[in-house]
Amino acid sequence: MSTPEPRRLSESEVRKVARLARLELQPEQVELYSEQLSSVLAHIENLGSLDVESVEPMAHPLPVNNRLAEDEPVEPLPVEAVLRNAPRREGDYIAVPKVLGEGS
Amino acid sequence: MSDGRFESCHGIRDAVRSGTRTAVEVITETLARIDRENERTNSFRDVFHEEALAAAGRIDRMVAKGEDPGVLAGVPVGIKDNIATTEGTLCCGSRMLEGYRSPFDSTVVERLRSAGAIPVGHTNCDEFAMGSSTETCYFGAVRNPWDPARVPGGSSGGSAAAVGAGLVPLALGSDTGGSIRQPASMCGCVGLKPSYGRVSRYGLVAFGSSLDQIGPFTRSVSDAALALEVIGGFDRLDSTSVEGTCEDCRIGEVPLEGLRIGVPVQYMDPGSNEPDVARGVEEVIERARSGGATVVEVDLPLTDKGISTYYVIAPAEASSNLARFDGIRYGHRTDRATASVDELYAASRAEGFGEEVQRRIMLGTYVLSSGYYDAYYNRALQVRRLIKEEFDRAFESCDVLLGPTAPTTAFKLGSKLDPMSMYLCDVYTVNANMAGICGVSIPIGLGGTDGGGLPIGLQLQARAFDEATLLGAARSLERLVEFGYERVPCV
Repeated sequence: MSTPEPRRLSESEVRKVARLARLELQPEQVELYSEQLSSVLAHIENLGSLDVESVEPMAHPLPVNNRLAEDEPVEPLPVEAVLRNAPRREGDYIAVPKVLGEGS
Repeated sequence: MSDGRFESCHGIRDAVRSGTRTAVEVITETLARIDRENERTNSFRDVFHEEALAAAGRIDRMVAKGEDPGVLAGVPVGIKDNIATTEGTLCCGSRMLEGYRSPFDSTVVERLRSAGAIPVGHTNCDEFAMGSSTETCYFGAVRNPWDPARVPGGSSGGSAAAVGAGLVPLALGSDTGGSIRQPASMCGCVGLKPSYGRVSRYGLVAFGSSLDQIGPFTRSVSDAALALEVIGGFDRLDSTSVEGTCEDCRIGEVPLEGLRIGVPVQYMDPGSNEPDVARGVEEVIERARSGGATVVEVDLPLTDKGISTYYVIAPAEASSNLARFDGIRYGHRTDRATASVDELYAASRAEGFGEEVQRRIMLGTYVLSSGYYDAYYNRALQVRRLIKEEFDRAFESCDVLLGPTAPTTAFKLGSKLDPMSMYLCDVYTVNANMAGICGVSIPIGLGGTDGGGLPIGLQLQARAFDEATLLGAARSLERLVEFGYERVPCV
């Protein structure tokens, strides 16, 4: 796998990434992040000089696999302690804005 | 000062167990000290006055009844603001979680409580633990106890400053790329990052799940070892915690005689480190050699690739972990009227997250996105394996690796505005997280280019799950330097 040429993250790419990440950006942030992220990417390009042919990717420091726990019932979290953190609630429900019929 | 400010965890525990002091006395003094002095450093965001005093009363009743109150009886603990406690609020230094109250205790806090330790408050940190100066904290920057014009390091800056300033003898932090060791180095305390899998992450707000570890800040290596014994060991609630207890992480007797110390040439490269930092570390190496240690040069050519690897893997994991903050179930939700659910998410996240967090979420989203995954993310995972193999080879010729914890002493607030210059603070610490090995920073003296008087940290690293050697060697070196914690000028 070859590495890409050193490249700038354009403002339109920043907008695209922000959309994917569900972050609303102000116009001045688009410019700032384009510059800053480009400088980080430029640094990261130094990984391109290494020979990684046939190196197995390492996602984790431990050779862990799925660990199955005994199926034992435990006390659930108290509903009140969980719901008190909801931005809005109605009774024992989390209240959200209406989402149907918006074409989204 | 004869108010017990610099008392050790061992000392407090022994006094409380034997009844020469009560836990209520210890906690009352600690809370008064925090109330009086916290504004100097902004170490604590939230102090658990009532709960801590109530817990101290329970410990004293146990002692009165002849019951064993535990190996950390009466020891006050600061808890980083990303580790869940049922007291107070858990905010991760972020507007996103302002006012959030955890419905449960993290495993580490539960274990501290069972051992008799008493959480006294949440300490400030960089927002979601992203930073090396604690300046990205939504609740205000933390200041260094050795010089309030300087940063404490980060991201666990509040915990490091609290221990360095003598507010508490023990605090917990989390380390994803150096966030325990680097602030320990800058605040003049001991900071331990255990091997990945040693300490349960249950109740730690996730940043980089394959890198994060919780560990202690203390003013001695033996206190750090005691804290690790309490918080370490298997936890069924964290599927990446390793089987077994923490018996084998108990501090070993590792005399300098026969100890093989590896010094990576890349860590001591002239020009990379501040002169006093280089000189301080070289002096310790000389004294260790005179004390009977064998010092060997080792080669870690991938040292300077660590930051690049880290700034692909950690943001990638963070972008996924922080997707849960959507303004629906908990956390900040925008007050603005939004036309769609996507707009609600985007507006809530834009208002709730600060700039550094947004930057890293975007970086992570980018390196994982279609067309870039192989070039960035997959390649970084391949380099990660090379870094691990490089450590494996180095540990064939030595028992521990030694070098500076950070290239510089504490820098001035506001002096690193460019993100990339901030990222480079972690050049000597990130690779331990990549490989999952353990590391500890111990203070070895004072110095600095601009007037001096700032702590210098020395880092030791050891093989994964060899905390016994790591801490034993650290204790032998600690005896050579006699740091003098009580010199901290903010007292």
